[in-house]
Amino acid sequence: MPSAAAELVFDEATKVYPGRDGAAVDHLSLTVPAGEICVLVGPSGGGKTTALKLVNRLIPLSSGDIRIDGTSILQLDLIELRRSIGYVIQQVGLFPHITIEGNIGTVPRLLGRPRSWIKTRSAELLELVGLDPSYAKRFPAQLSGGERQRVGLARALAANPSLMLMDEPFGAIDPIVRARLQDEFLRLQQELRKTVVFVTHDVDEAIKVGDRIAILREGGRLAQYDTPQRILEQPVDDFVADFVGRDRALKALSLRKVGDLKLAPPPTGAGDALPRLSAETNMREALAVLIAEGLDALLVVGEDGSPLGVATREDLLG
Amino acid sequence: MNGLRAAGGPVIPNFGHPSACIKHNGWLCTDWVRAHWGDTLQPALLQHVYLTLIAVGIGFVIAFLLALVGFRFRIFDAPLGAFTDFLYTIPSIALYQLLVPVTGLTVTTIEIALVSYTLFVLYRNIVAGLRGVPEEVLESARGMGFTRRQTFLRVELPLAVPAILAGVRLATVATIAIATVAAIVLHYGLGAPIFDALQDPDIFRTKLVTAGGLAILLALTADGLLALLQRALTPWSRLG
Repeated sequence: MPSAAAELVFDEATKVYPGRDGAAVDHLSLTVPAGEICVLVGPSGGGKTTALKLVNRLIPLSSGDIRIDGTSILQLDLIELRRSIGYVIQQVGLFPHITIEGNIGTVPRLLGRPRSWIKTRSAELLELVGLDPSYAKRFPAQLSGGERQRVGLARALAANPSLMLMDEPFGAIDPIVRARLQDEFLRLQQELRKTVVFVTHDVDEAIKVGDRIAILREGGRLAQYDTPQRILEQPVDDFVADFVGRDRALKALSLRKVGDLKLAPPPTGAGDALPRLSAETNMREALAVLIAEGLDALLVVGEDGSPLGVATREDLLG
Repeated sequence: MNGLRAAGGPVIPNFGHPSACIKHNGWLCTDWVRAHWGDTLQPALLQHVYLTLIAVGIGFVIAFLLALVGFRFRIFDAPLGAFTDFLYTIPSIALYQLLVPVTGLTVTTIEIALVSYTLFVLYRNIVAGLRGVPEEVLESARGMGFTRRQTFLRVELPLAVPAILAGVRLATVATIAIATVAAIVLHYGLGAPIFDALQDPDIFRTKLVTAGGLAILLALTADGLLALLQRALTPWSRLG
């Protein structure tokens, strides 16, 4: 069973639907390094979902190639290819007639794993995605939307795939639960280090989740492929700048932590009046605190609450 | 005793010592029911159950095979649906007229007609059930590497069970009702005592009511049992 993350390469990958003007995905070339999350983002008609489905051949390539760890997907058996890739979709698509345990065990069962192995694995995955073990015997209809999507994620992870495809996985979930799922997904990813292709139409989600972001424009052409930081700070053209929004400078701040600033030494005693923020706080939030409190500086503290130094409004604005 | 009989004249079923109820052609003479449960009602009921089981059983197999074709090859769906529609529209009495010269006054004739009538409901329900699987469920199945066959056996078919069983319930209840008419072909099933009762100049009410009532009870029982089966087979379908 593959477990190490795989490198994914789109090589001039193209999809043209017969009878339709222009391509859906147009000579897309990009490399997703093993263990990274690549977010495909762009306006509707940008071909992001099409590009994703080219990978597990739910949509066949018209030309070009896609390689997983150097092997063309066209050389792999279609069924084996799909079973080796974790697949998560927005509407989850759990099997309504099968228990949660059975749903999670879908791919292992297809691969002929013994029942006892599947049972243990399901319990393990329920815990991993933060659901109580008692959920194992329930049916999908008995779960909330957020819980179902957790199960969808667990199901995709069940056979320990080296590559995950996630098509707007949190798109149908209310904002509060979505933020929590994003956080938990990122925490999981810290542990699992899968190669992930993640489709979203939400720029903020792309920035939060992606190690790299591929912005696709109409006609399935790649506009920019870069780290979130560089996309925000150095958009290659007006399309990208417009797409990420006029508040891109603020969004860029949200990627940095106050702990990463060069801090002035903590004042002895006098720091008590300043707001105390953890070194892990992002700079956008820190700035918001300063604006709200009408202050010019804040005290950055370590995990144990000990002061690390002072950051000023100027420091935050760079 | 003899005087009594002479005075009233023989009431239609002449059997020994008729009670007052029978002489007055009562609606439900329990003494008649007790006396004729074994020689009339019970055999008719069992014959009726037999007619129904065979009709729904064979009808199900045929409808299922047709539905597989209509489901897999969409262009056949409309013609097959229209064909079962057409069969359903033939009045049963006319259908028996057509069949008797070929298959005679036999159970076969009855079953051919009954099976034809089940196809309409069964075909439609099976195809609708198979087609009713949500798109996202099919997509996740494809995406996870189900073969076409696995998708059918593990996803489409189990998810169609509620619709299929709903069709079986309808077909069963309808067959139990329609099968009574079969007595015009053959003295068989619960239709037989009903026809006998109707052919009496005075119409023997108890026989009519008990045989008709048994047909109703049989239909309700069959429907209830199938409902229980549905609950047992699809615990997931009543949730959420």
